[in-house]
Amino acid sequence: MRGASQAKWVVAAVAVALAATACGSGGSSSGSTGGGASNAQGTFSYQSTEPQNPLQPANAMEVGGGRVIKTLFKGLVDYDPSNGQLRNQVAEKIETTDAQNYTVTLKSGWTFHDGTPVTAKSFVDAWNWSANVKNNQINSDWFSDIQGYADVHPDEGDPKATTMSGLKVVDDTHFTIALDGPVSYFEYKLGYTAFSPLPDAFFTDPAKYGQSPIGNGPYKFVSWEHNKAITVAANDKYAGVDKPKNGGIVFKNYSQADAAYKDLISDNLDVLDQVDPSDLASYKTDLGDRAVDQAQGAIQSISFSLYQADWKPENLAKVRQGLSMAIDRDTITKTVLNGSRQPANSWVAPGAMGYKDNTCGEACTYNPEKAKQLVTEGGGVPGNKITVLYNADGGHKEWVDAVCNSIRQATGVECVGDAKPDFKTARDLIKNKKVNGLMRTGWVQDYPLNANFLRDVYGTGAAANDGGYSSPEFDRLAGEADKATSVEKTAELYQQAEAQLAKDMPAIPLWYYKTTAGYSKNVQNVKYDSFGDPVFTQVEVKQK
Amino acid sequence: MGRYVARRLLQMIPVFLGTVTIIFFMTRMLPGDPAAAMWGDKAADPAQLAAFKHDMGLDVSKWQQYLNYMGNLFTGDFGKTMSGRQVTDVIGEALPVTVRLALLAFVFELVLGVAIGLFAGLRRGKAFDKSSLVLTLLLISIPVPVLGFVFQNVFAIQLGWITPTVQDSMNLGQLILPAIVLGSISLAYVARLTRTSIAENLKADYMRTAVAKGLPKRKVIGTHLMRNSMIPVVTFLGTDLGALMGGAIVTEGIFNVKGVGNALYHAINLNEGATVSGFVVVLVLVYLVASLLVDLLYAVLDPRIRYA
Repeated sequence: MRGASQAKWVVAAVAVALAATACGSGGSSSGSTGGGASNAQGTFSYQSTEPQNPLQPANAMEVGGGRVIKTLFKGLVDYDPSNGQLRNQVAEKIETTDAQNYTVTLKSGWTFHDGTPVTAKSFVDAWNWSANVKNNQINSDWFSDIQGYADVHPDEGDPKATTMSGLKVVDDTHFTIALDGPVSYFEYKLGYTAFSPLPDAFFTDPAKYGQSPIGNGPYKFVSWEHNKAITVAANDKYAGVDKPKNGGIVFKNYSQADAAYKDLISDNLDVLDQVDPSDLASYKTDLGDRAVDQAQGAIQSISFSLYQADWKPENLAKVRQGLSMAIDRDTITKTVLNGSRQPANSWVAPGAMGYKDNTCGEACTYNPEKAKQLVTEGGGVPGNKITVLYNADGGHKEWVDAVCNSIRQATGVECVGDAKPDFKTARDLIKNKKVNGLMRTGWVQDYPLNANFLRDVYGTGAAANDGGYSSPEFDRLAGEADKATSVEKTAELYQQAEAQLAKDMPAIPLWYYKTTAGYSKNVQNVKYDSFGDPVFTQVEVKQK
Repeated sequence: MGRYVARRLLQMIPVFLGTVTIIFFMTRMLPGDPAAAMWGDKAADPAQLAAFKHDMGLDVSKWQQYLNYMGNLFTGDFGKTMSGRQVTDVIGEALPVTVRLALLAFVFELVLGVAIGLFAGLRRGKAFDKSSLVLTLLLISIPVPVLGFVFQNVFAIQLGWITPTVQDSMNLGQLILPAIVLGSISLAYVARLTRTSIAENLKADYMRTAVAKGLPKRKVIGTHLMRNSMIPVVTFLGTDLGALMGGAIVTEGIFNVKGVGNALYHAINLNEGATVSGFVVVLVLVYLVASLLVDLLYAVLDPRIRYA
């Protein structure tokens, strides 16, 4: 039969095709979550994304890896989640008399998850390695305050040294840090995960380590199923003040926030990071008292391209203030943003040390008449038209349109949103200083201190100074604040620097971010810190 | 026939090279610098940016990158993701999931689609035919995301029969609902194609002959009618298998299935040229093999079609 002989060929071809596509059927056998016998042993799941980089403390900048790292490592200090204050962890004390030379004393009894002790060397070696340009750690510039940073991390070429001269191990529990100049809030910076210690095991094979990290934090690494989940378990030998009240965390990956939300309301996911915009209107009714709505240390603003001749700071400050005054923040946050933001009236988010209410003053209060008057007095907007550059993939269109409407109605200035397809494209234009007009900018705190919102965003040449703002007065005040000998004094002096921003208005503060999140019926005592992260160690898994 | 298969396999080579070339340059021409984007809102460290680009092989001209990529491809090296993982590992994790999902959807649309089409075609103009036309029209006009969200809401949130998202992507049972969503539109096309084809062939001369010969009804329909009516359906199903694999992005997103769609979405977001082209290479292969199978199946269905 002809048909049959041809069928044979088809069968053969099918077999080949199947062999080519059958890429193994080795299934994953992820354990079920929740349902532990007792509270303290119960694990809970958390909404997450795949980390962009291997899990090393100095290499995690985005949240997918950063949050996991925060549970696995503990540095010298951290921030008390209840009030944002600095508290000692591995450090017994950190002493300085001049804000430039620090002596660190470690507590004894801290160990890494592999049992090796956490010593002064664990910190110094980790920092030297992470700062070294050859090791390509994305957070390496956190070490730039330390003396000798330029030797291990030159702008070009190979490093001249492998260690920073500013770091000296005294003995197992003591080391000293010398900075290039006084940085009064250096201790605050030390709470950032990049300053975590690393065990000896790290240095033997960093690549392998990055896939299964050994830390010293409240949780131990268990497994990383790429693109699916990362599991950590409570570390029963943890020596820190924040001992876990649960047995562990499963960081479950979601590519869409909406899917995570659906899982949460049906109790298949325990703790959420942020409710997606489409569910904001209903999440409080869905979750009842399990809905979370609280302030976060992050701010949304729009910045002017001050590097363009059109927007030079001195002659157009009035216009910029006028534009700020033309924005009806209250209405926009309530309606367009569903109450998920809080109108801003300063450049520092509340909750950060040194936050001062209403530093922006009148300029951040909606007043259409005054707005129009100021814009006219200032000589008007170049071409009577402004654009607001933003990335279309981040859900910003709605509020940018609303802000533009508000400006148009109040001042008569033509205002349109300038959408770029995605975050990368928009950032490319912004970083290469190719914007003319306004651009969406924002800042999420690295540490809860006003210096972080001011020095790192508005200082001349600062890494995040997107608008190219440069004010000798601001820089002078910031420099003085950095030389103060106490953090309190620094925060106070930075408030003076912030006052300069109100005069120049290099960026218009719009609103502060809020943590709009929630948790399932399986867990309780879920609180969020000012970074918007749940306080993982405090989460209690309910008895089943 | 052996020669035909060999020739078709040889023809695949230029098609394959062409598609891979196009996709390589397309993904590398996307705006935005993937390396600089790793620093987020902050300015990239110039020294590290350069080192990073060097590691990723991005510091040479596009043509050189292309030559390197093609050279590596034939040794089975698909390059690395930005997090330093082998793209082949990423594909190896995602592909089995999507193959399962696509095959489930495929079986669903094949079995149900052909069955509906057959009965509707045999009883043209009757109630079943009419209701099947309405149902399939409805399926065709509902976008996949809508169907997905409706199913999720009804079966998971309201009824609580299943979890809203797939908890274990390798579990066939959990993949059934996403597969139904994924296959539903194609199901409608298969049903309609089969129905039309059956209805037309019912009037053909060979059908009259078969009936006149006094063949049993099962044989008339099974051997004569079905075999001839399946040709357009097989053509559709063949290309659809590829479409199901590539088109799972939306469904996988809704149900949080960790397959090709999910991985592609992640890679496109991060502008990872290597990962995107790696997946496309695999999908191109799936398409090529599927269309070869379709062509070969023609001859089985209709022996008059010969291969030279």
